[in-house]
Amino acid sequence: MNHKKVYWKQNLKYLAILLSIWFGVSFLCGILLADFLNQFYLGGFPLGFWFAHQGSIYVFVCLIFVYVYLMNRLDKKYHLDEG
Amino acid sequence: MDAQFWTYLFVGVTFALYISIAIISKAGSTKEFYIAGSGVHPLANGMATAADWMSAASFISMAGLIAFMGFSGGQFLMGWTGGYVLLALLLAPYLRKFGKYTVPDFIGERYYSKNARLVALICALFVSFTYVVGQMKGVGVAFARFLDVPYDTGVLIGIGIVFFYAVLGGMKGITYTQVAQYCILIFAFTVPAIFISLQFTGNFFPQMGLGSRTNDGVFLLEQLNQLTLDLGFDQYTQVNKQNLTNMFFITAALMFGTAGLPHVIVRFFTVPKVRHARLSAGWALLFIAILYTTAPAVAAFARTNIIHTVSEQPYEYLPQWFKNWEGTGLLSYEDKNNDGLVQYRADASANELTVDRDIIVLANPEIANLPPWVIGLVVAGGLAAALSTAAGLLLVISTSISHDLLKKNLRPNISEKNELWAARISIAVAVVGAGLAGLNPPGFVAEVVALAFGLAASSFFPAIILGIFDKRMNREGAVTGMISGIVFTMCYIVYFKPQLGGIGTPEGYWWGISPEGIGTLGMLINFIVAVSVSRLTTKPSQKIQALTESIRYPKGAGKPKEIQIR
Repeated sequence: MNHKKVYWKQNLKYLAILLSIWFGVSFLCGILLADFLNQFYLGGFPLGFWFAHQGSIYVFVCLIFVYVYLMNRLDKKYHLDEG
Repeated sequence: MDAQFWTYLFVGVTFALYISIAIISKAGSTKEFYIAGSGVHPLANGMATAADWMSAASFISMAGLIAFMGFSGGQFLMGWTGGYVLLALLLAPYLRKFGKYTVPDFIGERYYSKNARLVALICALFVSFTYVVGQMKGVGVAFARFLDVPYDTGVLIGIGIVFFYAVLGGMKGITYTQVAQYCILIFAFTVPAIFISLQFTGNFFPQMGLGSRTNDGVFLLEQLNQLTLDLGFDQYTQVNKQNLTNMFFITAALMFGTAGLPHVIVRFFTVPKVRHARLSAGWALLFIAILYTTAPAVAAFARTNIIHTVSEQPYEYLPQWFKNWEGTGLLSYEDKNNDGLVQYRADASANELTVDRDIIVLANPEIANLPPWVIGLVVAGGLAAALSTAAGLLLVISTSISHDLLKKNLRPNISEKNELWAARISIAVAVVGAGLAGLNPPGFVAEVVALAFGLAASSFFPAIILGIFDKRMNREGAVTGMISGIVFTMCYIVYFKPQLGGIGTPEGYWWGISPEGIGTLGMLINFIVAVSVSRLTTKPSQKIQALTESIRYPKGAGKPKEIQIR
């Protein structure tokens, strides 16, 4: 396999991991499992409600910055960056 | 000095500021560019993108909707932020490498077809226009109250102002104007929220205040749950189980729609490098998150405050803000049992209070008894949000018509002067048309805007994603996919929106999915049709396949495209 293929595969792997987290915090914790999570508390927040109204947004911001970091590193490693 | 004085002052000063920035940046160069290029710091670009993105729906409407929806309101919070993750991970860097300058341009090139470009163009116009309608309603609500006129007059004034703004050059130097607008709108949104959070909980950060104890030592949310329960509503934080499928679909439609909105995508064509496209999305979301994490706090404070100040109180002694808003027709009281008290109930037959959700953010400072200058500030903030978004959208509409439709399709030989006129006329038609539609919009601002997202999700998102990730995707697949997605979504919306002449009722919703969420299903249909059709028809040429391969690697990206505003 040439290095471009390896680069692309690694990129897809990052995407799969990060997007699973994206799906998990919003659609799972914030919607489908919210009712179950509401029995736990985070300070004054029922947990499911917290994910829907606060937590998922914080995670989204982190996800993008993590992706930026990972991809910049990957671009350099395979010399595919723009210099 | 009263609120009206401050409103005139802040609105006047900020408006003058935007126009001056436009004039100054115009003096700097002979051509005006929609730049986010090398001259603009990624941080500033993030702010401009955030202002472009956060509209009257985010600023004026969303917190009010959440206040009355409680938990389910999370669909707007997650939906309108989660899309940036998709944008940063799946679209922005590749589109930047591809190096075109509008969405129809990308579709036209990647699918080697004028017809594909035309379909994308029509979709872009539909999406942008629906979105502008939402802005006009937001502006109308703000002016109705603070100039003491009925709502309809407020919308007409709004048409005048947006028109004046666009024609006077509010779109020139748009990046810098939007940076200023971001600062004003975020200040205007957070200041009252901080005041109210301090009043309620003593906590400076509204995000923390929402989860804190109020001055009586009970958690705010617990207290609010009790209040809503007593009036016969669902508890504020309780999950509405019958609505989960719908909430899922609406959240998804807003996310995928975000990632398909032409006026947002256009931002990422103009950054200097591919890595800046990724980073830019990150900064934009960070700036957006400041408002989006504050909004649920504003919502909970407002709901609590309204119940405390209005419920079971004698109508005669209600505070002044109540009377003020009655004048706009957006708030009303009907004494059904003639006891002179305001009964606010979940049960429609006993309820005597009707509140248009869109007034909550604007009324909030008055309800909480904040000083009058805060009220003026909030109106200026709402206007900043509406103007910055309207300008971005009008830009898409005018470039779509003058560049994509006329220059690239109908009249390749059009003179520069005529292209300029076409752009101006399309702006004028869009503003007036959207304003008139805003007089009778199909729902609250945030809901109208949600429809635009459904249309974007069902048309663009699959075409762009497949264009990047699927080398086998061809012209036939993309075109049939886009058409079937958006046509399905539009039909469903029109059928189930009585304001659009639809005859459907909520009982007829498929799997309980409301028109705001149907874009997700439209998107799935688009994906299925596109993939199936493409596999049954001829492969794209080697050249196109090589092109698709090349956008996967940042190396060798060309210079950023500059978008001229004439």
